[in-house]
Amino acid sequence: MKFWNQVISITWKDTFSEIRTREVISSVLVFTLLVIVIFNFAFGANQETLRLVAPGILWVTFTFTGVLSLNRAFIPEKEQGCLEGLMACPISREAIYVGKMLASLLFMLIIEAIALPVFAFLFNLPVLTLPMVTITILATIGFVAVGTLFSALAINTRAREMVLPILFLPVMVPVIISAVNASKMALSGKPWNELASWIQIIGVFDVIFLVVSCLIFTYAIEE
Amino acid sequence: MAMDNGDTGSTFQDQVIEIQGLTKAFGHHLALRGLDLKIRQGEKVAILGPNGAGKTTLIKVLATIINITSGKVLITGLNPKDNAEEIRRQIGVITHQTFLYGNLTANENLEFYGRMYDIPQRKKRINEVADMVRMTPRLYDRVNTLSRGMQQRIAIARALLHKPTILLLDEPETGLDPQATSILWEILNVEREDKRTIFLTTHSLERVLEISNRLLILNQGKFAYEESGQTLSLADLKQIYQHYSEIEV
Repeated sequence: MKFWNQVISITWKDTFSEIRTREVISSVLVFTLLVIVIFNFAFGANQETLRLVAPGILWVTFTFTGVLSLNRAFIPEKEQGCLEGLMACPISREAIYVGKMLASLLFMLIIEAIALPVFAFLFNLPVLTLPMVTITILATIGFVAVGTLFSALAINTRAREMVLPILFLPVMVPVIISAVNASKMALSGKPWNELASWIQIIGVFDVIFLVVSCLIFTYAIEE
Repeated sequence: MAMDNGDTGSTFQDQVIEIQGLTKAFGHHLALRGLDLKIRQGEKVAILGPNGAGKTTLIKVLATIINITSGKVLITGLNPKDNAEEIRRQIGVITHQTFLYGNLTANENLEFYGRMYDIPQRKKRINEVADMVRMTPRLYDRVNTLSRGMQQRIAIARALLHKPTILLLDEPETGLDPQATSILWEILNVEREDKRTIFLTTHSLERVLEISNRLLILNQGKFAYEESGQTLSLADLKQIYQHYSEIEV
């Protein structure tokens, strides 16, 4: 219970701070919408072409969104010297990881909740369906599970903006491929049982990423 | 079981910090080189040393923020490797960085750290510490609107929130104007009266004589000089400091 109180306090602190400054959500949201609009113009109005490329566009957009958003996850802590303050508190490193991860998950889901209807409108595709929402939530969990760990690793490096994507993208390949394939099927109106294998792969990677990241996080922030 | 430590006649029970052969390396660089130190409850220990001597690293080791490379550290008899959370509950850390979130108010910051330390009757305790550092009128202002001195006073309130038995201070006066500095030392002088153990690193020789009852000079990761009691004059201390902070150890 104490663990979850600490986790919620860290998530609350990040969320409250973000509500005050809108540093992450506003800038990343603008970036996300711009990417969607640019891709829409680039591929024109041919519905056949759009249907073919839409899953790739959607997940490339969300991957970039994730990199940008997660890059900021530990910067306020580092800039204000608060990471050491947190580390000096009688809380487990896992609580810091889970708290920061939940805050990042919340920010990314908010951005995606705004971006998906815009994507549906511009590409004229049925992305606001239960399978698509499920795929989006599951893949985003994978993104933030790994991204929070790598963000903590990158924070102590000089070229931190470069380090995160270099570490993050190769590890995320299985989740991105699964999300693109599952989205392709969902957008073609395939039933749940046909999507299931891809969704299961994303789910398995989510569990692996969460457990491994949680275990490694202690070493990532200590030195 | 109480055991004699051999050199002071004190017991392990009243020794709050015990360090044996402490070494800390960052890559190939040895920041701390085989330190030995025993600090009794209520002692006010000042560490002097030039920049890069290892003062901040030593504070971070004692605050359980970083792990040691080799040697032994016991804080209140507990090993940081197995009992880090219990140790952190007994330690308050004040550095030149405030550990405060600029976008949150002073009260929200104290509330957040209060939750981290699981402090009962948080509101009452926050008002007490805010009063102690004379920041009650600015408690609901965002930290980034406060002056550096005011932020540092809130940082002191944060460090005292959970009533720590050991206070670690790492150059707390850095960047403060003379007025803010005098308020800071006034608060610490009050702390000096009680049983709290104070471990302070500073460049201010005057404050060392004022606050501490034991002083050590750290140079190149090793203790170069130790003096107990307050027998030194400022002129003597200046001479000793100059000598021991420049020599190769």
